[in-house]
Amino acid sequence: MANFMEFFVGTVKLVFVGSKRYYAWMAFLILLAAIGLTAWTQQLSDGLIVTGMRDPVSWGIYIGNFTFLVGVAAAAVLLVIPAYIYKWGPIKEIVLLGELLAVSAICMCLMFVTFDLGHPERFWHLVPGLGIFNFPVSMLSWDVVVLNMYLALNLCVPVYILWKAYHNEHPNYKILWPFIIFSVPAAVSIHTVTAFLYSAFPARAFWNASILAPRFIASAFCSGPSFIIIAFQIIRSTTKIKIKDEAIFKLGEIIAYAMGINLFLLISEVFKEYYSHTVHLAPMEYLFQGLHGHDGLVPLIWTAIALNVTAFIIMIVPKLRKNFKFLNLACVMMFIGVWIEKGPGLIIPGFTPTPLGEVWEYAPTTAEVLISMGIWAIGLIIFTLLLKVAIPIETGEFRKPGLEKK
Amino acid sequence: MSKDKKTVTTVNPRTASRRKFMKGLAGTAIGATLAGKAMASANSKKSGFLTIHSLEEYLQKNYREMTKEEKAQVLARMEKEYSERYGKDVKVKDTEPIDGVKFTYALDLNRCIGCRRCVYACVDENNQSRENPQVHYIKVLQFENGTMDFEESNRYYDPEMVPEEGKYYMPVQCQHCEKAPCVKACPIKATWTEDDGIVVVDYNWCIGCRYCMAACPYEGRSFNWGDPHLPAEEMNPNTHYLGNRPRMRGVVEKCTFCIQRSREGRYPACVEVCPVGARKFGDMNDPTSEVRYIFEHKRVFRIKEDLLTEPKFFYFFG
Repeated sequence: MANFMEFFVGTVKLVFVGSKRYYAWMAFLILLAAIGLTAWTQQLSDGLIVTGMRDPVSWGIYIGNFTFLVGVAAAAVLLVIPAYIYKWGPIKEIVLLGELLAVSAICMCLMFVTFDLGHPERFWHLVPGLGIFNFPVSMLSWDVVVLNMYLALNLCVPVYILWKAYHNEHPNYKILWPFIIFSVPAAVSIHTVTAFLYSAFPARAFWNASILAPRFIASAFCSGPSFIIIAFQIIRSTTKIKIKDEAIFKLGEIIAYAMGINLFLLISEVFKEYYSHTVHLAPMEYLFQGLHGHDGLVPLIWTAIALNVTAFIIMIVPKLRKNFKFLNLACVMMFIGVWIEKGPGLIIPGFTPTPLGEVWEYAPTTAEVLISMGIWAIGLIIFTLLLKVAIPIETGEFRKPGLEKK
Repeated sequence: MSKDKKTVTTVNPRTASRRKFMKGLAGTAIGATLAGKAMASANSKKSGFLTIHSLEEYLQKNYREMTKEEKAQVLARMEKEYSERYGKDVKVKDTEPIDGVKFTYALDLNRCIGCRRCVYACVDENNQSRENPQVHYIKVLQFENGTMDFEESNRYYDPEMVPEEGKYYMPVQCQHCEKAPCVKACPIKATWTEDDGIVVVDYNWCIGCRYCMAACPYEGRSFNWGDPHLPAEEMNPNTHYLGNRPRMRGVVEKCTFCIQRSREGRYPACVEVCPVGARKFGDMNDPTSEVRYIFEHKRVFRIKEDLLTEPKFFYFFG
């Protein structure tokens, strides 16, 4: 217990002491989070009527952000595979950071779905034992299971490694191995199950495609590592942790292949729908061209395609990819591009037109946008704080008193 | 985005206001309307952060897991609460399915004139939110003769007189599918198919995730985006736990074949009000029932039959 108190006091010190830039960054995030939570109180007192969602489009940017962030979380596996399994040196020391990103992203996911509920206070209805869990019939129940499992897994592995390092000990790989191996299918499962959630029902032709799960995985391998590449550069310039260029470029290469596959799958989908030209084409027409004069998503989706294609070209050319200016530009483009594609670009056409043919355009309200920004800010706060503790342990600056490295 | 758009679900704001106007005429005395309005506003005050009123309510079990005694307690609590809130003697029943009955609906497309009386009879009977948003269980689609493409349909038609030349009408509501996708979707079994075939929702168990709405191919489900606005004088006090008892915001609701009526041998409100007899309702298992006769002697079809959800709602040309 005394041991734990020491650790706790140490982390509090780490969290509250930092550079000016750190304080500014945290103040910025806390401000956004406070604005978001204030907007949320309005939603809590008035109901989801404060959002732009209505019966014809009953899910909006909350669920869009959720879907996108599941992808970001799943991408942690990308770091796990080469780092642990193939013992590929340069990535190994930074894999932990990826896992902590997964934790933060899953926290954001859970917040987005909770904030989307009509009755978040009834969450206990979902808890096995207390409530009734419609498992395995409901795909949503699967999602609850895999997301929580993935969260637990990505908390346990880094916490164990860091706890050991804090005591200047090596982790026992006999214990760790099964968890590490298991985290690979677990990462794939969270995104697959999330895709199945949508593709499960023929009522929504736009989602009812077998290609959805592979597309989800492909685009996740773009958005997650894009974020990681930028985060790594910030981390290595602000902390003592060393991240080799080689590791970053390797990620860039993987992103390039993933985006290639993602674009290929997109073309397959577009071809099938446009060439066969059945009633199932309507949502895609709404997305790409507009339907009956409603074209709210058209500029967004074409922006996404332009961003993704440009970023793909930058990433696939080794010379460009190995230039940090281009690399970072491509990462930002891809992150935004995939967010549009998997957020509003996936959710809204699923509902437009409705099963009985109504075209009703959804647009998020200010409250909805502020709440979403608030959740992003809270997620980034979680990520920053996790790193603030994890990095000094990794570099050996934070040790159990008496065990400090010089 | 215009403000109107947010106040409307699947209902045209123009139709909604016209209906109010008609109501006002019917009531004749302006004073009565004003008094009604005052009551309505007193009644539709926001419920605030929580829609629950007691710990007992919060910890209430799923309807299907309650014992007889627990059900009786819950119903008594609700009757007391609703009676106080609406200033009238509200009854909350839990009439069980009648053994061997399988409720089925048939709708004669040759007869339907698109008057929407069923839409509003349903709202009145089932205590739906009257405004912001208005909740309708029945959507009447207008088609041009010669097509049944939903995308070409118009649910906001608003002519001087119906039916219009060259058009036909198809009312759509919950189809009470035998293999209901919404029931499969619900992560907590807050919605299920009763033994008599009615798909119901436990409003106190629903967490409002709206996955059932995404799963439904018929737009059969509505969500209470805000606190429902149900004026006390319009409140129907004859209610059923699984049917038309007042709902709280944040839960999904739907057509229940007027469970509070049908289980007592009465017709659903939409059947009763239909001026042209286009709506038929009864027990498919009863060889002498009207729906059974239609099923055996008419050419019936179900919409979106290719999805194999097996609706218990048939359409036919009589």
